[in-house]
Amino acid sequence: MRSLSTPLIVIGVAALVASIALLLAGHNPLSAFSAMLDNLSSADNLVTVLNYASRYYVMGVAVAFGFKMNLFNIGTNGQYQVAALFAGALGGWLRLPGPINLILILMVAVGVGSLWAVIPGVLMVSRKVNIVVGTIMMNGIAAGLIGYLLRTNFRDVNDRLTAHTPTIPENSHIPQLNSVLKLIGIHLPDTTSLHGFFVIAVVAGIMFYVVVYRSRFGFDLLASGRNANAARVSGVHPKTMVIRTMALSGGLAGLAGMSVLLCQQFEYGDRFPLQLGFAGISVALLGRNSPIGIAFSATAMAAIEQGSRGLVTANIPQEIGQIVQGTLLVVAVIMYELANRRNQTRMIKESALAMTVETSTS
Amino acid sequence: MSLKQNLVELHRIVKRFPGVIANNGVELSVESGTIHAIVGENGSGKSTLMKILYGAQQPDEGEIRIKGELCKFKSARDAIEVGIGMVFQHFMLADNFLVWENIVLGEEPRSGVSLSSELAISQIKELSSKYGLAVDPEAVTGSLGVGERQRVEILKVLYRGASIIILDEPTAVLVPQEVDELFASLRELVAGGVTVIFISHKLDEVLKVADAITVIRAGKTVGEITDTSNVTAVELATMMIGTILPQPATDRGVITEEILLEVENVNLVRDGRSLLADISFAVHSGEVVGIAGVEGNGQEEILEVILGLQSQTSGRVLLMSTELQHLDTRHRRDAGIGYIPADRQRDGLMLSASLWENSALGHQRQEPASDGMWINRAALREHTQKIIEKFDVRTPGVEVSAQALSGGNQQKLIVGREMFSAPSVLVAAHPTRGIDVGAQAAVWESLREAKRQGKGLLLVSADLDELIGLSDRLLVMLRGSIVAALDPQAISAAELGAYMTGVRMQETL
Amino acid sequence: MSMFRELLNRSRSMVGMTSLIAGLGVMSVLSLARIFAHAPDLTSSGTFGGAIGLATPVAMAGIAGLVSERAGVVNIGLQGMMVLGTWGGGYFGWHYGPWGALLGGAAFGALGGALHALNTIQFGVDHAISGVAINLLAPGVARFLSSIFFQGVDGGSLTDSPPVGNLGKLTMPFLAGGRIGSFSTPDIFGYLERRQIFLISDISGLCGGFLRDIATETVMLLSLIPLAAFVLWKTPFGLRLRSSGEKPSAADSLGVNVVGIRWIALITSGSIAGLGGAWLVINIGKYQQGQEGLRGFLGLASVIFGNWKPFGVFLGALLFQFTESLRMQLGDDPSRGFVFAVAIGLALFAAFQLFRKSKKVGLALIPASVLLFVYILNVDRVDDKLSSTFPFLITLLVLVFSSSRLRPPASIGLPWSRGKDS
Repeated sequence: MRSLSTPLIVIGVAALVASIALLLAGHNPLSAFSAMLDNLSSADNLVTVLNYASRYYVMGVAVAFGFKMNLFNIGTNGQYQVAALFAGALGGWLRLPGPINLILILMVAVGVGSLWAVIPGVLMVSRKVNIVVGTIMMNGIAAGLIGYLLRTNFRDVNDRLTAHTPTIPENSHIPQLNSVLKLIGIHLPDTTSLHGFFVIAVVAGIMFYVVVYRSRFGFDLLASGRNANAARVSGVHPKTMVIRTMALSGGLAGLAGMSVLLCQQFEYGDRFPLQLGFAGISVALLGRNSPIGIAFSATAMAAIEQGSRGLVTANIPQEIGQIVQGTLLVVAVIMYELANRRNQTRMIKESALAMTVETSTS
Repeated sequence: MSLKQNLVELHRIVKRFPGVIANNGVELSVESGTIHAIVGENGSGKSTLMKILYGAQQPDEGEIRIKGELCKFKSARDAIEVGIGMVFQHFMLADNFLVWENIVLGEEPRSGVSLSSELAISQIKELSSKYGLAVDPEAVTGSLGVGERQRVEILKVLYRGASIIILDEPTAVLVPQEVDELFASLRELVAGGVTVIFISHKLDEVLKVADAITVIRAGKTVGEITDTSNVTAVELATMMIGTILPQPATDRGVITEEILLEVENVNLVRDGRSLLADISFAVHSGEVVGIAGVEGNGQEEILEVILGLQSQTSGRVLLMSTELQHLDTRHRRDAGIGYIPADRQRDGLMLSASLWENSALGHQRQEPASDGMWINRAALREHTQKIIEKFDVRTPGVEVSAQALSGGNQQKLIVGREMFSAPSVLVAAHPTRGIDVGAQAAVWESLREAKRQGKGLLLVSADLDELIGLSDRLLVMLRGSIVAALDPQAISAAELGAYMTGVRMQETL
Repeated sequence: MSMFRELLNRSRSMVGMTSLIAGLGVMSVLSLARIFAHAPDLTSSGTFGGAIGLATPVAMAGIAGLVSERAGVVNIGLQGMMVLGTWGGGYFGWHYGPWGALLGGAAFGALGGALHALNTIQFGVDHAISGVAINLLAPGVARFLSSIFFQGVDGGSLTDSPPVGNLGKLTMPFLAGGRIGSFSTPDIFGYLERRQIFLISDISGLCGGFLRDIATETVMLLSLIPLAAFVLWKTPFGLRLRSSGEKPSAADSLGVNVVGIRWIALITSGSIAGLGGAWLVINIGKYQQGQEGLRGFLGLASVIFGNWKPFGVFLGALLFQFTESLRMQLGDDPSRGFVFAVAIGLALFAAFQLFRKSKKVGLALIPASVLLFVYILNVDRVDDKLSSTFPFLITLLVLVFSSSRLRPPASIGLPWSRGKDS
């Protein structure tokens, strides 16, 4: 059980930096924080936080899979957007009976996202193309490809004003959970709904845990990340591991985009969020790549966002929320690295102690 | 006879590290203008002595005199100031740089504000011709052969005004022709007024080129030879290795006719260098085959070939008559090859992981670690507990991370894990390196037990106690070939040393 | 005089005989395309001038990346440093005019570089992670600062700054018809260009692009390219910087202050990226949120394409932006579109063949060019979005097919600290 001190310090430093920034801009940090908290206190705010947190969570898990193997999948932005484009176009066109359409959309999203991640993976194992560079290039290609397809083949011809894929019919949406919640006694106001994606997020988290910590594949994955040499000697195939991990990572990224496509916007267009992939990287790093940790960091990020929307009432720029998120990330990354170092030295000291105890007793 | 002043003198040098005394009264006297060799085995203390000489370490006791003056080196810079230059075994060269860039880095010749490549090149050419170190200053360093790269390293120290050059195992990476070229260069250096100190364990070469030799064993100077024409190789080998060999104590009765592991005419060529030449041997059930030889003579490579981590250029490896050529490491491990790696931290353990996770490493596809796709944690923890008890691994529990264990206990865990997986062949490389005496005895007993169980053992080691005490048969490797097949019960220390250092060659194997 | 000869020697050795021949080859292909398709605009000074301008911010990002990577530190945060540069350029440009914009952009970019240095050098954070973190932090910072300083101000808003002036254009006298005082001078290159002679006119077009009506800030920033080449290869500091990226342990053992050099390299890298952002501000006329586009990543691509050499980086940036410029010149006319696509395809083909001397590449590009042909015959125009993928696609192709020719700094991205043997 890792100590709580590091995350607390991280939050503390981020809050401090944000407060300084606010002071310099002539605002009162305390009223800022209270305005933020105000916007988190009602039921519909909390539901919104959960909805966004589910989205960040799945994206964070996608990135974390790669991180467990020291594989930095920075291409999640491209992966989820290409996936959403294809899934949205297909779902909007085909209009198969509801549940079948839904499943098809999900499969396309996962498949396309997977593919977009596997390509740089293949380039890495066969031609030694650095994974970071490869995924960045794929992001660039994705941006242009999406822009082109959206304007031409994938466009909804009925709408002349904005470019988007045909709307996905209601029976293919991911159902909301309001009625389920009623069964356990929680009544949400009609204005808000808990997205069904929440369930998917929970399932993703469980799957993450089970695969990484309980399966043979997960053992090999962790081994490759902890000590690639020892993993190789123990019989792990480094190349196969890379491909499988990238496929998993990209597939989950594609799935994360479905939170927007099937719960909120129901079409892929200019309004689709652009930075979800990077948000996932942030969340994974903050959550130290653990299933529970990422849950906390995803919720925290979503909470900061939602809280920031309430800053309007205090006449404070909402953008402070982005600064908090960015600072959190930078500080967290630094603090975790320092904490790692401290752990290393501590363990070495301990083992040296153990050795002297040993030699004195043997 | 003229009295030559000793250029470099080290007296009564003592250096302690936690748990070991690396240098325990070392003496060294080097005459100016000579090629002076320091010989000793791995672990004899010669690398510590070397670090003291070039300023990376300070001695706890003793004195250093250069040209009669007492010196204290607080860092490598201080040593460089008095003219000492160090040429490392592992070259520190930027492959993408041109040769002259590597040589002048840090002391660049300028013309105005810019770097003058012409000055650099001309200065280097001057040094090259003065000392006979032929090298093209404008070549890309990465394209040079090993011998040339070594010349660049020597030029690097000469460029900075070194008059005393220390070379660490300079012939370790050279082929015979390059060795001759190097020795010719060393003689020219000496003719030009430079003093050369070089560290080696290859006695045949040392005798060829050195004017004087200092022999180090177990942290002490055991021999100072000022006239190399007067000493024989066998005498040197004896001094280096010691006269008393441990008692062989092995039970030959367990050996059967069944061949478990067979290596047939294996060759390995990499980057134009021959790393393994025509290696052939077999390991029978109940037999311990020991491979002797100083590290770096192909032992690591043959093990990698057997395990499937490297592909041989030609030749076959068979496990119980099944050819392993098309099997990858994973299948070879699963087929029954157990492995105790030489570098447990790099190849054998996940330091940040718990003990029970580590006990599955190499066996994660077998019981009890997994059944089908899933890892059976409870069974694995139990299994680890059994290992800990049977092999006396001192630890508070199975959840502790491997890093917290002492080296000896880490090794016992690895040995236990391999034994429990019931391999047919057990490959052990330097299995008791860096561990305490108690753990060492435990590991040896485990290896003997493996032998009694009818496993075939391949033991690579530089520890003569270990080799003689455990092996039924000894193969000596030198420069990638097997140069001798010996009976441990019938050889003397001197003989073994002579084979290991290339002084003597066996006529028929 | 001898200095001039030195300069000639240096440029020849830096650019290399192969590159010269390759360059002539590419120009010949373009020239032929121009002649046979009656498209004089293909190699006009207008087209080249446009491309050079468009290439400048990307080239700056590229040089920034190059400086950092040559010192051994991967800099993915170029994007974020550029964003900071645009904001600094907008703010200081608004208050102090275009020169202020340049200084402000450099300063703000340098802050980004310093943060990257702090993370990677002092705290040992992974280079890529630090870069991503900076990319995430910078837009937030820019937006926050905009909300304070630009919002509510005359001409400003949350996403835009008030206008920033520009620095005017320069034209070289005699060669390109620039004025000296109040006298106009002959325009030699312009004359040659108008004559439509094979190869000569095209090269004159290229030179005209550099020398006629070129923005002052473009000249200033592009001069950083030969400056970078000089410093990195012809000064002791440059040698030490490169050694920090090739083999820091060797450099350290020889007394080079690797830590100090990396700090300097990263701060410089940040400020150059910031200058690229400032260029955008001056050229667009103000700070605009998102004006940096994907230029930071394009810069990264040009570092790879340019094989970590300054002139290569510029060439990459130029190539990547050439299609943009052509599109702007030629408009959407189908036949012209046909021409330019073929020209690009062939030029690429020739360039690869000559630059990389790799048969595999040539073979791979033949079907690629054929596909390009077929595609162009079937569409009206090449979509600008699709063409925006080309730089990344090309870079990937380079990485896949020419990995043996690429020479990234040997120790780039590897964790290193004093006393480590690596």
